Amino acid sequence: MNASAPHIEVMRSQLGRARGLGAGHSGVAHWWAERVTAASLLPLSTWFVVQMFRLGGADHTEVVKWGGKPVNATMLIALIITTFYHAQLGLQVIVDDYVHGKAHLPTRLLVKIGTSLLGLLGVIAVIKLFVRGSTAK
Amino acid sequence: MVELRLPRNSTIGKGKTFPAPAGAKNVRTFRIYRWTPDDDKNPVIDSYELDLDTIGPMVLDAIIHIKNEIDPTLTFRRSCREGICGSCAMNIDGENTLACLKPIKDIKGDVRIYPLPHMPIVKDLVSNLDGAYAQLRSIQPWMQADSAPPPDSERKQSIEERAKLDGMWECILCFCCTTSCPSYWWNGDKYLGPAVLLAAYRWIADSRDEHTGDRLDGLEDTFKLYACRTIMNCTQTCPKGLNPAKAIGRIKELQLERKV
Repeated sequence: MNASAPHIEVMRSQLGRARGLGAGHSGVAHWWAERVTAASLLPLSTWFVVQMFRLGGADHTEVVKWGGKPVNATMLIALIITTFYHAQLGLQVIVDDYVHGKAHLPTRLLVKIGTSLLGLLGVIAVIKLFVRGSTAK
Repeated sequence: MVELRLPRNSTIGKGKTFPAPAGAKNVRTFRIYRWTPDDDKNPVIDSYELDLDTIGPMVLDAIIHIKNEIDPTLTFRRSCREGICGSCAMNIDGENTLACLKPIKDIKGDVRIYPLPHMPIVKDLVSNLDGAYAQLRSIQPWMQADSAPPPDSERKQSIEERAKLDGMWECILCFCCTTSCPSYWWNGDKYLGPAVLLAAYRWIADSRDEHTGDRLDGLEDTFKLYACRTIMNCTQTCPKGLNPAKAIGRIKELQLERKV
């Protein structure tokens, strides 16, 4: 193809482009989960901040003991899962907005895997703390 | 990937200045975006100094005056001059609106006029809306009912049912809202945009329409509907005072209602 000659790459009709591949038949679940996790993070984060103030100045043994209580471990795991799930949903939105073309799918995957692994790491840390704390004297 | 700068052929240069007529007392400068496909030049801003005492009160009066008396090459769309046709939608003083409804005296300093943002330009203030019109067509903005209408009369609606269409039938499809939406700028090829979604909800909310479920099916998509990030530029800019953001919110609520 002569580079200097005018060339139209897309001749598809505007209606064909507007319809595109059709509706993906998903979206409401993501939208709703974003809102539910955001609302859940309000009480969970408040609880976490209050607990951190109460533990201010505590030594290592006390903190481990605190983490050994089932209620605290449950709340911590709930906080971590909700936080990273919410981060995943939110980052996906940012990727959809700003990353176009071939980079879109890999970036989306990276967000999914990255946030899942970080969340998993947090959960395992809490389980370790819980096991240590619940068996401590 | 992310675009942080304008393409080089979109950088705007300085254009011509048309000075005010001698003896003018009430002078205001109109700075107007100019671009033509006829040469390979970048767009420029031309300055027109007008005597406000000799022209009508609206921005449209000013640009018609420029075209008639000063520079016949200035290109823009206009028709009804009373806010019902939607032709003269453009970006005035940083906000999308109708030139015929925008009083010059509401603008402080120079009057800056650009075409509707982020659309291909046909010439000067005329942007190409073919894509947006096709998106409108894709949501089938006409009544679809399988029941036969009464033989000798129109399809009836209660007063309450009819009231649900208020705030939507008034839309004149000027696309001020759609072209003010950052999400539409980013993903305008897939996201339908506020004007089209308002039109979609107008038919979803119509008691006479029997294809509500099909319409919701067609919108259930990560981009078509959910690329709305509730930025609210649409509602803020609408020259008719409508609320497309609320209509989009209602569609999302209905999508949820039929799932849970």
